[in-house]
Amino acid sequence: MKLNKIAALTMASAMIMSMTAFADADLSKLSGDVSCTGSSALQPLVQAAADKFAEIAPGVNITVDAGGSGQGLQNVSDGTSTVGDSDVFAEEKLDADKAAELVDHQVCAIGMAVVVSQDVADGGVKSLTTDQLVSIFTGETTNWKDVGGPDEEITLVLRPEGSGTRATFEKYALGGAEEAGEAMENDNSAELQKALQDTNGSVGYLALSYILPDEAQEAMQGIATVAIDDVEPTLENIYNGTYNVWAYEHMYTKGEADEATQAFIDYITGDFSDDVESLGYAVSSKLTKTDGHTGEAAPAGETEAQ
Amino acid sequence: MYSKGKEKTWKFFVLLCGLLMIALPIAIGIFLAVKGNALFYQYHHTLGEFLFTTTWKLKDDLVGGGKGGAAVFIVGSLIVCGLALLIAVPFSLAAAIFMTEIAPKWGTKILRPAVEIFVGIPSVVYGWIGMTVLVPFLQNVFHLKTGRSVLAGGIVLAVMIFPSITTVAADAIRAVPVSARMAAYGLGATRWQVTHQIVMPAAQTSVLTGVILGLARAFGEALAVAMVIGKTPAFPKGIFGQTATMTTVIASRMAELMEGSEAKAGLWTIAFILYLISLFFIFLIHIIAAKGAKKNK
Repeated sequence: MKLNKIAALTMASAMIMSMTAFADADLSKLSGDVSCTGSSALQPLVQAAADKFAEIAPGVNITVDAGGSGQGLQNVSDGTSTVGDSDVFAEEKLDADKAAELVDHQVCAIGMAVVVSQDVADGGVKSLTTDQLVSIFTGETTNWKDVGGPDEEITLVLRPEGSGTRATFEKYALGGAEEAGEAMENDNSAELQKALQDTNGSVGYLALSYILPDEAQEAMQGIATVAIDDVEPTLENIYNGTYNVWAYEHMYTKGEADEATQAFIDYITGDFSDDVESLGYAVSSKLTKTDGHTGEAAPAGETEAQ
Repeated sequence: MYSKGKEKTWKFFVLLCGLLMIALPIAIGIFLAVKGNALFYQYHHTLGEFLFTTTWKLKDDLVGGGKGGAAVFIVGSLIVCGLALLIAVPFSLAAAIFMTEIAPKWGTKILRPAVEIFVGIPSVVYGWIGMTVLVPFLQNVFHLKTGRSVLAGGIVLAVMIFPSITTVAADAIRAVPVSARMAAYGLGATRWQVTHQIVMPAAQTSVLTGVILGLARAFGEALAVAMVIGKTPAFPKGIFGQTATMTTVIASRMAELMEGSEAKAGLWTIAFILYLISLFFIFLIHIIAAKGAKKNK
């Protein structure tokens, strides 16, 4: 307790003395509260990072909650939380002037893969073209035999509208086409995995963070990933630019981040990088081809035109 | 010891609790009405669109302009609950008659507590068992692509409402005066005739109350249904098809949507409709009870 007090005092005086001199200050003396809400796709990473960060910066109290990208952005905008986790750019959810107040920290990228139930993969569906994907997810193609698979009805197993995972998939895998047709909807990715397992002829999509990590292998029983245009969904292919279905994960702050928050974000993009990959996310700095993934170059007018 | 001050304090306390009981549901109703009307006033959808069209594609932003047709969810709820009643009512009535008329001793001692155990089981447990036992079972027996279906939802709901209907019906049947039965037996009626023509007509209104209570519970159940129905926002293709209900669509979408957005407003509207439906059921029960009371006079 006494040590904490001293630490706090030191911190306070240090802050007063030099607001700008903060660089690699001693993390163990840092204190503050950071609350992160938003994207459920990013939540596991932020939570894992927060757990580890607590060991090196015990004075910083970090809380992590999901709630959806839109809610996260709204929370950070109105000051309910210090960080808004989001799968999408703030401009896509908030008014332009509200979005302008926020500062974007792109902490990592997340890839999405098309996944099918095992019977479909066993029936010969290993790769699909973009055109085939669009045709399947808009409900035009309804039997697997039309795309080189078994004579089986296609069942779409998706996330509901509003889901960041869905938005990313529509944007980068379907070229902006909106999913249509009858589909089972799932509250979260874990539920979607279960639905794929027990529905024959089903197809859906998952973030790589639900596919790649060692801990995910059990949940992936009875589910197979499908390549897009013969490119397998792997981190390597995302890094070398051949696999395009990925999006930046954002941690938004209102204005510049305070010291504790900035230190936490720096930690995720810095020392935590190895863990980022083992959790199935892509490290931003390794991305070589980012055309179309930065906010400005995103297929323009798409969100407004819907 | 008797003390006037103490009595006043307690009287006030009890009154306060009573008023709170009345205020709370009214407050919830007002809250839902305020939240739910945004779909119509702020985002300019019509009630006709909401009730009679089938495309539910509302935007998760503050601009709006999506489509808000909830017919699929309303019909989905009606079908699944109707199916649940169809399955549960015969079983419930049979069980109620058995434990009161046929084996009253054994029925009260063993069957009744057994039925009451059902009531205490949380809905997530029903859903989970349905998902791991019933769904694969239906898939294998009927050779379906998936066992998640309207039928699975109906069966799970039926199991859930069976105890409420049974206990209310059993109480109603037991309340029929013994003298009425004795008179009929005295005239040479068989047990079936007594049950069918004397006891059941006399217990009718209370039994109906039990059925409506069961229906109300079925309408409001989200979790268990959501786990087995396949949550597909389209009209079901038959009994093995998938669909979504009013409660499942709220449960599955509320977490991802932004407060104040058009899509969230749509969910609040559905919640308000559910509130109105449960109000309607309560009124129905009271009307039936009042009619029954008149008839018995």
